[in-house]
Amino acid sequence: MGKAVNSSKSSTGLMGWIDARLPVTKAYKEHLSEYYAPSNFNVWYFFGSLSLLVLVNQLLTGVWLTMHYKPDAEQAFGVVEYIMRDVPWGWLIRYLHTTGASAFFIVVYLHMFRGLMYGSYKKPRELVWLLGMFIYLALMAEAFMGYVLPWGNMSFWGAKVITQLFGVIPYIGDGLLEWIRGDYNVSDATLNRFFALHVVALPIVLLLLVVLHILALHTVGSNNPDGVDIKKNKDENGIPKDGIPFHPYYTVKDIFGVGMFLLVFMFIVFVKPDMGGLFLEHDNYNIANPGSTPEHIKPVWYFTPFFAILKVVPNPLWGMIAMFSAIIMLFLLPWLDRSEVKSIRYRLMPFKVALFSFVFSFIALGYLGMIGWGDMEKLVARILTAVYFGYFAFIFFYSKNEKHKPIPERLTH
Amino acid sequence: MTDKVNESRRNLLIATSAVGAIGAGFAAVPFLKAWLPSERAKAAGEPVTANISKLEVGQKIQLMWRGQPIFIVKRDKTLLETLPGLNDRLKDPESNDSIQPEFAKNLHRSQKEELLVMVGICTHLGCSPKVYPEIVPQAFDADWKGGFFCPCHGSTFDISGRVFSGSPAGTNMVIPPYVFVDENNLIVGVDSLEGGA
Repeated sequence: MGKAVNSSKSSTGLMGWIDARLPVTKAYKEHLSEYYAPSNFNVWYFFGSLSLLVLVNQLLTGVWLTMHYKPDAEQAFGVVEYIMRDVPWGWLIRYLHTTGASAFFIVVYLHMFRGLMYGSYKKPRELVWLLGMFIYLALMAEAFMGYVLPWGNMSFWGAKVITQLFGVIPYIGDGLLEWIRGDYNVSDATLNRFFALHVVALPIVLLLLVVLHILALHTVGSNNPDGVDIKKNKDENGIPKDGIPFHPYYTVKDIFGVGMFLLVFMFIVFVKPDMGGLFLEHDNYNIANPGSTPEHIKPVWYFTPFFAILKVVPNPLWGMIAMFSAIIMLFLLPWLDRSEVKSIRYRLMPFKVALFSFVFSFIALGYLGMIGWGDMEKLVARILTAVYFGYFAFIFFYSKNEKHKPIPERLTH
Repeated sequence: MTDKVNESRRNLLIATSAVGAIGAGFAAVPFLKAWLPSERAKAAGEPVTANISKLEVGQKIQLMWRGQPIFIVKRDKTLLETLPGLNDRLKDPESNDSIQPEFAKNLHRSQKEELLVMVGICTHLGCSPKVYPEIVPQAFDADWKGGFFCPCHGSTFDISGRVFSGSPAGTNMVIPPYVFVDENNLIVGVDSLEGGA
């Protein structure tokens, strides 16, 4: 690599030849060795790089699963058993993929919570947040369709219930439903197109969105636990005084995070890959059967908060609108929160209580979405749904003239 | 290069872009239409014909249409006379929130009073209810006036497929489109003899 600090390409040797044709050194510097990140990242900043790690795991194990899988309603269920029993190391590759799906949502939810806590969605990072939300949407579609592929009974009924959501739209619902399913019921045609989307279309979209997410982040720079803009204090070379190069400092930190993550992740893969029915549901060990409905149709855990919001509303159309609104609210967050302060460290008790209530409602709704409901559960779910939406209303009004602690000029560590 | 915009070229550019956009719209059609049910799926979903000449009161014949069981049940005056009296025990007595062709949005939910044609799938979670046509007390309802009982989660429906209050199912059973060819034959899956669903 070139020694000159300000030159963005080496001019001699093999690298010189390549750099004259492709900006490899420039990109390396911009995104790694001379990308200055705030020096006070804490534990919460592991989850961005960890979601990238899980994405790589999903792509790699996914490609390998495709080598044995058959997207055919007659064969799909059997071929998954075949992968588990007869393909050398097939069980490990499949468990890495299924556990990876849940791990993806765990790290992404923690990554999003970090953003809520430290105000990472706020100006100038609105696009970083929006692109991240689109990644989350694509990820939900990807996970849902992937869950249908083993063609177990919960795959079938989950697909039936979720596609049925589009059938409640007035006037176009019935036609839309046939268009999505490619048949008059969830069938081989549905399985086949979900396979195409899960394996080809959505991964391309996901990768593109991830690249844009990181490009947007590197344009505006990373936020940090203090929410202080490090670009306001630069030294004579134009380098932020509170910034350190991403490589080697944060690559080393992230590798430690990877190690800790893999300890937990591999423990689950080897010891408890179904997580007691949470990651792999018991009903899915039976083949898809249109004539036999599982006792409780429910999605996998990472969708259950939204499933609970869907069930809270008696009318299916309004239920669907409520469920999608719950996600759309998150998209609007950069404009709902009008306060000048970013980090929770300098916000006062009302915000902390609100954020805690929001997270609590999300987790509790997630639990309620997994169990059968009596009148009590329905009432609690309604209150929690009100808390969930209430957070956004609260933020909008509270942040207008929000009082806060003094914000420091520099990072506090 | 001058700062002046060549208006005629700019207009040509706009016109070309518009035509291109329309072309792109047309090009999208095959990709969107490829998602519709294929000819094979449509053939498998063809209307089905049923012969009811041998159907006795209280009996049920079952056929398959689009992968769903279709129940055809013959009722007599005694059974039909129970219907008005059940209204306050029902969730949707007028069938306002339920799915049926316009001709079946009535008390007997059918074209011919005595003949019920119904999709045999519980509106709760898709199990197949069983018919209990006798007016005798049942384990699940001491005041049973004849109807359908779903063994999966205990939803109960009257002999017109209307759901009783207290059932997990929210709406009445679905009535498919059907048409009579003659006295003894009917076609399930079409609105009229000319075709069309």
